[in-house]
Amino acid sequence: MSSAREPDWPTPASGGAAAEFWAFLRAGELRLQRCRECHAYAHPPVPVCARCGSLRREWVAAQRRAEVWSRTTVHAPVLPAFADRVPYDALVVRLDEGVFMVTNPTPVAEPLLSLLEVGDRVEIVLHAVTDDLTLPLARPITPAQPAS
Amino acid sequence: MLPDAREGAVRLDRHAAIVGIGQTRFAKDMGRDELDLACEAVLAACADAGLDRREIDGVASFHVEQVDEIDLAYALGFERLRFMARTPSGGGGAASVVGLAALAVASGAAGAVVAFRARNRSKFAGYGADPNQGGRPWAKAGTRLAGYQQWHHPFGVAAPAQEMALIAQRHMHVFGTRAEHFGAQAVAQRFHASRNPDALMRRAITLDEWAASRVIAEPIRLFDCSLEHDGAVAVLVTGRDRAAHLRAPVVEVLAHGQCDGPIHTDLGRFFAETAFFGERTNGARALAPHLFGVAGIAPSEVDAAMIFDHFTMAVPISLEQYGFCPLGEGGPLVAAGTTRWPDGGLPVNTHGGSNGEAFVHGLNHVPEAVRQLRGTAVNQVAGARHVFVCGSITDPSGALILRRADP
Repeated sequence: MSSAREPDWPTPASGGAAAEFWAFLRAGELRLQRCRECHAYAHPPVPVCARCGSLRREWVAAQRRAEVWSRTTVHAPVLPAFADRVPYDALVVRLDEGVFMVTNPTPVAEPLLSLLEVGDRVEIVLHAVTDDLTLPLARPITPAQPAS
Repeated sequence: MLPDAREGAVRLDRHAAIVGIGQTRFAKDMGRDELDLACEAVLAACADAGLDRREIDGVASFHVEQVDEIDLAYALGFERLRFMARTPSGGGGAASVVGLAALAVASGAAGAVVAFRARNRSKFAGYGADPNQGGRPWAKAGTRLAGYQQWHHPFGVAAPAQEMALIAQRHMHVFGTRAEHFGAQAVAQRFHASRNPDALMRRAITLDEWAASRVIAEPIRLFDCSLEHDGAVAVLVTGRDRAAHLRAPVVEVLAHGQCDGPIHTDLGRFFAETAFFGERTNGARALAPHLFGVAGIAPSEVDAAMIFDHFTMAVPISLEQYGFCPLGEGGPLVAAGTTRWPDGGLPVNTHGGSNGEAFVHGLNHVPEAVRQLRGTAVNQVAGARHVFVCGSITDPSGALILRRADP
């Protein structure tokens, strides 16, 4: 993914808990929403704990370790910001907290593909695309740097 | 008498029947708006049934439908509209929209309910601002995102093909499913379509041609994808007793059930909650035993299946989730030719499905089920008595088991 400033990048403009998630990222933190009562994680954030029903939510710093759950290489882009980036990889990762999110691999070279496979361990690194948007991306953890 | 119901599966054969099917031509850029197309399909269904259009008193449609119930009622001169309902999740409603109609007549809420879907996908037609009208939804998303889109679009995941690719790849990883298994379904459906005069794609393809078609998002290739065009379909449902006095052979709604399920537009939630990979039992996989239970038949007694196929990968996964085969065996089942007419043991999408006949959010699959049970399909399964129909497997959805009435 380009490190250049990207004025047309698709950018969350939501309210509520989702806005808080993205605000933490802009401030350099990946935080996940968790139930204050039973400590069940949820992502995307939700208003009520699906496990215990509590409305009491809290934000907890993520361990930023994950497993690649699925990956695809996109050849036909549909969003203008990605039109000149194909082919590119998109991933679903399972964070060690047990929640899943869509992301991209980083760093990427030309072509914009990674060597990541399903089952690989990754760490989540933060990448500021614009002043308004910092994305959590997946970087390989080499065998020399085993997950703790 | 109330219908027999078990865990959300409802037996309706004594209460509801499909009495009419209608559809427009399917083509690109027809230059007709959705109301125009819907009216033609509904009138065709009325003519098929021999039922006066003014007697329709209920409308069931998809939440993405652009034609308002009241506009359809005024245009077609319904004397009174007593029942209106919509299904969620696009193709998730492919079977449920007919199920709603059946539940309405079974409860007495209405006497003749039409389920319909009309699409105008022309990019340059005079469509409105609704993301579901004309063009492509993601083209209207802009760069300021809320809702589901904020979790996908910043990472370049925005089209259903990209979302479904990530689901398919996990299935391939867990079970060893191969892209060629999806290709085998694409080839089978294009063969079915090649014999169907109503189909958009009249040329059969080989597996080599499938493999040569361009990759959209691995493992999904162009020939796995549904078609984009204009057209409409209508399905007319009345009470079972009334059906016996109408023109067409009676097709009973033997069983219907709806099911929850995570939606492909929210992959974070999808992977946390899906039953696809064996960790859980929810959605279609939970519904299936009760659906077949109230119907009083086993999946092996189904003669043909019409499966919502936004992408061909949906066919083997649906077969697994609804219990036609164990988890992970859907791909090999398709590759072995099981879903291919005429020799396969369970022909699927015998009209050509969404990559061969047309994409009308799967509602075109219901008339094909009815034709099979009437014995009038171009790719007729000899003696078909039970046909299974299901909506999108990657969304909140539902299914039907339809049965040919004894003469």
